[in-house]
Amino acid sequence: MIRDTLRRLRRRRGDGSTEEAVRTDGGTETGRRFSIGSDSIDNELLESLPFWLPAALLVGLFVYGAIGWNFLISLTDWSGLGQPDYSSLSLEMYRIMLEDANFIAATRNTFVLLIVFTAVALVLGLLMAILVDQGIRFENTFRTIYLLPFSLSFVVTAIFWSWMYNVSSGGINVTLQALGLDFLAMNWLGDPRFRLAAIIFALMWQFSGYCLIVYLAGLRSIPDEHYEAAKVDGASTVRMYWRVIVPQLRAATMSAAVVLMVFALKAFDFIYVMFGTNPGRSADILAVMMYRQAFSATNWAYGSAIAIVLFAMALGVIAPYIYMQYRRGEL
Amino acid sequence: MSGGGSNEEGFLEGLTPRRVGLYAVLLAMVGFYLAPLESGLMTSIKSTQAFASTTPFAPPGPEGFTIEPWLAAWESLQGSLFNLRGSLVNSLFFALPATLLSATLGSLAAYGLTKVSWRGQIFVFALLIAGVFIPYQAVLVPLRQFWSFVDVASLLTGVPVLEPRSDLIELTITHTAYGIPICTVLFRSYYQTIDDDMLEAARLDGASVARIYRRIILPLSVPMFAVTLIYQFTQVWNDLLFALVIVQSSEFFVVTQELNALQGALVQEYNIQMAGAFIAALPTLIVYVMFGKQFAEGVAGEGA
Repeated sequence: MIRDTLRRLRRRRGDGSTEEAVRTDGGTETGRRFSIGSDSIDNELLESLPFWLPAALLVGLFVYGAIGWNFLISLTDWSGLGQPDYSSLSLEMYRIMLEDANFIAATRNTFVLLIVFTAVALVLGLLMAILVDQGIRFENTFRTIYLLPFSLSFVVTAIFWSWMYNVSSGGINVTLQALGLDFLAMNWLGDPRFRLAAIIFALMWQFSGYCLIVYLAGLRSIPDEHYEAAKVDGASTVRMYWRVIVPQLRAATMSAAVVLMVFALKAFDFIYVMFGTNPGRSADILAVMMYRQAFSATNWAYGSAIAIVLFAMALGVIAPYIYMQYRRGEL
Repeated sequence: MSGGGSNEEGFLEGLTPRRVGLYAVLLAMVGFYLAPLESGLMTSIKSTQAFASTTPFAPPGPEGFTIEPWLAAWESLQGSLFNLRGSLVNSLFFALPATLLSATLGSLAAYGLTKVSWRGQIFVFALLIAGVFIPYQAVLVPLRQFWSFVDVASLLTGVPVLEPRSDLIELTITHTAYGIPICTVLFRSYYQTIDDDMLEAARLDGASVARIYRRIILPLSVPMFAVTLIYQFTQVWNDLLFALVIVQSSEFFVVTQELNALQGALVQEYNIQMAGAFIAALPTLIVYVMFGKQFAEGVAGEGA
């Protein structure tokens, strides 16, 4: 996916040098690598080791070593000061978790965030991409503005949105009142019923520009004839997009959805800045609960166990994706 | 303009009612995306009485205008103007090296895994890709343990500048390690488009793997380094979570931490909060405005 995306971007820049590498079969561009007999392959492995080994070791230690260690800690009963006792391991923390109403609520909220946020960000991003793709003037300026929120820190955007959602003088309620929609002006962050929706709306604001960029690259890779053919058929614009164009954006949708879902799983900074470590049961998610249990309450083992659940959920999202990439020869 | 298919005739000529509608929607969306920033900017130049009594989007009247909030926010984020211990300096201190290191290691790894023939590379690369998507919560507790065992402060005993900043050095190494996956992904996608014949010719001439990297790959990588450095700098600068876990002494708080603390301490003073948010975002905003295109390429690459 990423390779195609970049190639598209490069092609759009009018750099013809990559044209010859364009594949039409959607995969398998292997074939031509150095292969000058098996001796040289061994030599090459040795020669290439210094290039990738430092990176692989760092990632191995900090990512995979740490996850393994985290799992080990989740099997202890470590809490408070002192060090974990690795001599008696059990699944106790995972049992406690299943009886913890806060964990159940946080899991439910995490799923709601994952699904609703991903869906609304994708839909808005797709609509925006279709609009931007109409051969408009000042396209770069529009794109730059739409992507701007994505370049900001969650700490910064959370502060902006806390102000936007302010009950009496925040931008949202002031706008609603100006439109005569007073009855819609809610206490967005104070009322538990609206808190999660308010978070999702703000995150959609921040991430839809990202979806726009991914979809725009996808739209630009669809041959013009497909648009033309649909027009000749007399398909209305909406139907043409729905029937002809959208189905061809599967790859773009997949990769954007994976990034959004994984983000939804680890969305921490934004909620932490808005609500601290305890956003209340209505907006608590596993990522925040994990931090609260481990770093505020020093329930290290319990926090680690929640982290393992999060990791398993992320794996559930990315493993099929990476496997698919592998099958399509994109790895 | 790089957009495809834009006609070069006069702007007004092509304006059918349909186009007018299109631009109206696009402009309305500009309003949507800029509203929180605009309301923040306006609020940041209003006095406390003024922001409570006016519409957040409206500019301040002559009596309500003040730059006090910016001075107050700068004071609490950075201290005096030439203070070398403020949170902005702390953020630069870890974000710059972490960005450079992860981009360099990512480039080397991508080359080592792309342009040589070895079966295991797919496996190593799959592990690296997966690293892009790891929820950092899954490593936080071990990370804290690790940095309490590896005592950077005592390793740097007697080294000026660095010794007191051991937390920031730990943060640098941490961000380097977790930045490598995305950097490798970005570079690899680029290296795969480099023509193999050229490299094979160099190889037959007896050039070593290292020499090919130095003489051919590295010069070709300049545009990709720009993309990676810009994207990665933004990500590292913006992060809060790792800093919360690693940086303990408030003297070395990074800017996102300090901004969060400011927000917690001045709950009602929205004007100072907004000014602080802009100050903390300034480096990334400058980078974004200057290199928006490279940033967008990095964004597109994140979708691995």
